[in-house]
Amino acid sequence: MEIVHIAIDYDTICKKVLHDQLNGIGLDFTLNQLTEIQFQSPLSDHQKSEMGKALKTYGITLLKDRRQVMVQRIKDAIVELIYDSEKHRKHNVSTFLTQRLNYSYAYLSSQFSEVTHTSIENFIILKKIDAAKQLIIEKNLTLTEIAYRLNYSSVAHLSAQFKKTTGLTPSAFQRIIKKRGEKDIVPKQ
Amino acid sequence: MGLDIMKIALADDDVDDRMLFEEAIESIAIKTQLNLFVDGQQLMDHLQKSKLALPEIIFLDLNMPIKNGMQCLQEIRGDQTLRHLCVAIYSTSSSEKDIEETFVQGANIYINKPNSFGALKKAIEKVLKINWQYHTSNLNKGNFLLRI
Repeated sequence: MEIVHIAIDYDTICKKVLHDQLNGIGLDFTLNQLTEIQFQSPLSDHQKSEMGKALKTYGITLLKDRRQVMVQRIKDAIVELIYDSEKHRKHNVSTFLTQRLNYSYAYLSSQFSEVTHTSIENFIILKKIDAAKQLIIEKNLTLTEIAYRLNYSSVAHLSAQFKKTTGLTPSAFQRIIKKRGEKDIVPKQ
Repeated sequence: MGLDIMKIALADDDVDDRMLFEEAIESIAIKTQLNLFVDGQQLMDHLQKSKLALPEIIFLDLNMPIKNGMQCLQEIRGDQTLRHLCVAIYSTSSSEKDIEETFVQGANIYINKPNSFGALKKAIEKVLKINWQYHTSNLNKGNFLLRI
């Protein structure tokens, strides 16, 4: 048996899928951001449903209602902030979201909670812990490095939040994932 | 991002536990559709039949007659069309070794059966809300582990 480790650039994959699928059904488009597609001419209902079907296989969903679109934009902005530690250090989340989306934070956070069953604050924690997990597994970084990258004030704070969010310590998590790898059990991708 | 109704399956041979679970889920604000099974074999037969309408989350009791929860978990993870499903183990065992073994075998969630209805409701609500995030956001499902 041989195990080969890979690094994945999700943006590139997504862009390639969008291009292949949309060109495949003959649609001419430009990608404004990864979550906003602009078409030269209005789409018919048939084209929309074709596009929905083609993209669904890849886990890409067309957003229908205005609130869903807003929630997606909030999530995109949060991800941008989490993965750019410089930006994260400079801005606090509420001012960043307010500037980016041009609505009051109170309005954004009530819209977010209504649609997602969670608050913006809890979503940020979940997303940061998700990022921490990835860094533990893929890059083999120490908790000190991860805490710095994800803008935690200390390793203790990161560990405590990890434990509170997942019910597991970072080292138990790492041990489980490693054992899964040895047994070739990959539950969900 | 669309997830109007969350489909849930529960396999548990204890009739009281099934009833409490059903009652708890009905009192939670997330819209759900619950299917109950009295043992692992019944659950697996259902999953094999309903490949187009698979549940978003499966709750498995560990100790069941005919086919136990661990066997179900291993079958689910070994099946190409089922292996992506979210599996929550729902058991009375609190042995650290048992718990870690279910995670290693591919469980996403481990819930110690709570001994009060209030605690049960809280635990299920937490699981459903977090599972909802995994279904509607770009979170890495391969790293989804949660212990309650």
